[in-house]
Amino acid sequence: MKQFRRMTYPYIVWALILIVAPMLLIVLYAFTTKGNDVVTTRFTLHNFARFFSDSLFLKVLLRSLKVAAITTIACLLLGYYPAYYIAKCSETFKMRWVLIITFPTWINMLVRTYAWIGILQDDGIINMVLGWIGIGPIQMMYTEFAVIVGMVYNFIPFMILQIYTSLTKMDGSLLEAANDLGANKFQSFLRVTLPLSLPGIISGITLVFLPAVSSFCIPSMLGGGQYMLVGNVIEQYFLHSGDWNFGSAISMIMAIIIIVSMYITKKVDVTEKKEA
Amino acid sequence: MKPKKRIFGGILMILLVIFLYAPIVYTIVFSFNSSKSLTKFAGFSTRWFEKMLNDRNMIDGIKYTILIAVIATIVSTIIGTLTAIGLSKSHRILKNCVEQVNQLPMMNPDIVTAIGLLMFFSALHINKGFMTLLIAHVMFCIPYVILSIMPKLRSLDPNLAEAAMDLGATPMRTLVSVIIPQIMPGIISGALIAFTMSFDDFVISYFATGNGVNNISIVVYTMRKRTNPSINALSTVVIVLITLGLIIYNVISAINAKRREREEARLRAEMTD
Repeated sequence: MKQFRRMTYPYIVWALILIVAPMLLIVLYAFTTKGNDVVTTRFTLHNFARFFSDSLFLKVLLRSLKVAAITTIACLLLGYYPAYYIAKCSETFKMRWVLIITFPTWINMLVRTYAWIGILQDDGIINMVLGWIGIGPIQMMYTEFAVIVGMVYNFIPFMILQIYTSLTKMDGSLLEAANDLGANKFQSFLRVTLPLSLPGIISGITLVFLPAVSSFCIPSMLGGGQYMLVGNVIEQYFLHSGDWNFGSAISMIMAIIIIVSMYITKKVDVTEKKEA
Repeated sequence: MKPKKRIFGGILMILLVIFLYAPIVYTIVFSFNSSKSLTKFAGFSTRWFEKMLNDRNMIDGIKYTILIAVIATIVSTIIGTLTAIGLSKSHRILKNCVEQVNQLPMMNPDIVTAIGLLMFFSALHINKGFMTLLIAHVMFCIPYVILSIMPKLRSLDPNLAEAAMDLGATPMRTLVSVIIPQIMPGIISGALIAFTMSFDDFVISYFATGNGVNNISIVVYTMRKRTNPSINALSTVVIVLITLGLIIYNVISAINAKRREREEARLRAEMTD
């Protein structure tokens, strides 16, 4: 069997070069000053100081977190009922619904986001319908609302599927037991269904929140050139202004925020499981 | 009370379907619009498809997307399969290390992976283009291939490979005729994940490419600012391609499932005879 072990060597070399080295480069650039050659680097915390002392960057960071949080909550509120509904369907309908929900995610994200530009336009289809009931055209394109709609649209299937999976694992007799013990529908939902679907909710939250924080194509397509989230700022520094040191520092800050929030959600998940 | 509730639930589900599919239908409808507007449908025409076919950028985008996805899938499936098999026979520490490293591109936001690669290529003075794009795609596909093969290897009976070797099979022969056939479902699902990841990728491609080598996502992204209905035509082509792919995949797996069922029934009949 030992002969097979050698088959891992090429990939180990590959992973060290293409996965580990680039990550180290980000850290290296984040802690050094601009205009360096990798050889003559000087350690500095300047890039991080610059980020946290400039209210502009902090504003962008807070906005990204806010937009991601709203998107996540919207996905949860809009996605829970469909997940519940699908979990209650018969086997054949379950499969069909899962296919209906997943199909759009197979189509290129940029393509699906581009479609919203026409829909949300001032003379687009939504404003046309609003016009019929006498509500004047509302500007939706190039607003935060458009960005959130785009994100919810792109990420809600992940939330629905995660909650659906945890609901199908639920033992139906638990609900019957709750019923027999005199719980009404609302109580049994609150005390039985909801806690049991919590693992699905938590993994759904991570699957929506993480891509939402770092997304930069949705805000720049639907939010317009002036609207910036952290991802857009990173893109700016790497592809336009060329200050890679500062860009690396911003990426590191974002990655740390994401790792910490994932750690917290995992902690919540574990304690919930222990309590159960 | 009950039927009323069902109607209410049904309406909500219909609204969800409209939300999920309206943009897709909208794109297809407006790709056949005869005017330049993205909001008013003036009549049927195929002018945007003609325009798309004459747009080098878009045609190249489709070509590069498919070419990169095919090559990246083949390369990452082969490397991923061999690595996964090797890992399953390796020490637990090595296995854990590789799995942890593989988590990096899967867990990190795409943009972090992307700028890492960008700086890496430029530190080595590698000109960005087709090769860097391909390397980037292979890099983020392999971890998914390994991840989908590992569970199959865990449930594999190690005695089978031992037996094959004891009976005189070379390691190569054992690999090809004993191990790989048994983990085939994992390899196939890994290859499918790799293909779709590569086909849909935007962020990493955007930072790892150069020299005018663009995939469909980058073409759409760079054209987003101007009203250009040929993007809708391109989108329609993508939607049709993916729908066809999914239908073919589902038909093939349905046929395979039927065949397996029939074979099992036959075996059972033979056994009872």
